[in-house]
Amino acid sequence: MSTLNLDVYMPVVILIILALLVAGGSLLLSKFLRPSNPTELKLTAYECGEAPVGTAWSNFNVRFYVIALIFIIFDVESALMFPVAAVFRKFMSIGMGGTLLVSILTFVLILVAGIVYCWKKGDLDWVKSFVSQELDKK
Amino acid sequence: MNATIISYLSQSKEFNLIVAWFSELFGFDATSFVAFNLFGVFALLLIGFAATVGGLGTFAERKISADLQMRQGPNRVGPYGILQFLADGVKLITKEDIIPAQVDKFTFYIAPVLCLVGVFSALSVFPISSGFILTDLNVGIFYFLGMTSLVGVGIFLGGYSSNSKWSMLGGMRGASQIISYEIPVTITIVMMVLLAGGMSMGILVSSQGSSVLDWNLFHNPFTFIGFFVYFIAALAETNRAPFDLPEAESELVSGYHTEFSGMRFGFFALAEYIEVLIVCGIATAMFLGGYKVPFDLGTGELLNQKLGLDLMLAKNIGQFLEIGSFLTKTFALYYVVIWIRWTLPRLRVDQLMTLCWKYLTPIALFNLIGCAVWIYVFNGQSIVQLFSLLFKSSGGGH
Repeated sequence: MSTLNLDVYMPVVILIILALLVAGGSLLLSKFLRPSNPTELKLTAYECGEAPVGTAWSNFNVRFYVIALIFIIFDVESALMFPVAAVFRKFMSIGMGGTLLVSILTFVLILVAGIVYCWKKGDLDWVKSFVSQELDKK
Repeated sequence: MNATIISYLSQSKEFNLIVAWFSELFGFDATSFVAFNLFGVFALLLIGFAATVGGLGTFAERKISADLQMRQGPNRVGPYGILQFLADGVKLITKEDIIPAQVDKFTFYIAPVLCLVGVFSALSVFPISSGFILTDLNVGIFYFLGMTSLVGVGIFLGGYSSNSKWSMLGGMRGASQIISYEIPVTITIVMMVLLAGGMSMGILVSSQGSSVLDWNLFHNPFTFIGFFVYFIAALAETNRAPFDLPEAESELVSGYHTEFSGMRFGFFALAEYIEVLIVCGIATAMFLGGYKVPFDLGTGELLNQKLGLDLMLAKNIGQFLEIGSFLTKTFALYYVVIWIRWTLPRLRVDQLMTLCWKYLTPIALFNLIGCAVWIYVFNGQSIVQLFSLLFKSSGGGH
């Protein structure tokens, strides 16, 4: 029923394009103004004076992956909560606030259960403790 | 209410004169042409304003930190050293751009640009005043959340592309910090959207009144706690101390921007200061009454009726009062951010993650549930309104 007014997005596109132009423009300006004397020593990676050994693109600790996974779950939850939150007041004015409140509470409580599970399992600890592993062995 | 800055300007006579002149010149209705050009002008003004505030932010940081440490900051370049940020900009532009041989070229080029573009494009919904907001999208705050997440991508790509172990560690820590702290920020914003009844910036600000007691900060205890949760989490998102482990100056050399020199490093630094401005601006818009002026002077009606000024002039004066009110609150929060940096020690990385996942996220979820229940039970009234109802009913009984 409501018209899809896409004209309001024109300034958004204009701003993004202008921001890209400003960023590219200052880099271009810098290209004309700066010196350029690359020597072999300058082109190596910085490691406080030592020669770096190997690339940095090797295995990384799995805790970063676990954090990213938990983030995805909560981010999707909040993204799905936005439409419900935006119409909550309207629904209250027509008398259906209770149903919406129950749906919000159910959704959030399921995810609270999720974060409690992660917490108990130790996924939220940055440093995995060694003590619990030794106790398990005994 | 979907309004852009053109909707506000089209109320004035001068705008219609310009449109009529161009329509005569072209032969067809020139409204969209004039609108397009005016949008470009205002977008450039906004970018200039943000870059200036970012640059002055570096200067302000040095002056305020000097004040906190009982010394004088930069005071040579220009009166009271105020042109220091221009000198820094010139220095960065004229530095040699060293691109190490082992970097991943494409991501190395786009990482700083991503940071800067993400931060600039979040400005299009920056609620400076009711008329001068560039575009009041009806998904305003949702769009803002999306665009500021680009900074996290830029930081991670900066660390990854540098192919240096310092940068890689800094980039990964930075990325995990930013995405972790996005959760309390997003949940608190969902709570404020719940309270205001819409996602657009105009609705968020107009859900608050003009006087201090009508701010969303004092609406119910859950929004009060929510302000502090949002402020702390958004501060952590901008990688500022005490959360600046990704660029920890004493640990990781320079973290994710070690291998960037010249203007590329300048983009990272500028993006950080502009992001602080944006975070403070959104905090004022959501919690501290945004651009509302006390006694409702911002709408210009009072000036029109009491002083008898012309309607458009009264509205313009009201707009400037609103801009002044918004900027005062934003810069006060900016001062608090700088103050925090030079007072508190840096958090260790596991303390950082514990603070987010074991303290801020549960508190934010509790706030969300509490606020939803409060709105349902009390029909959206604030504590102040409830007290006044209480006193009215008891007074009526006498």
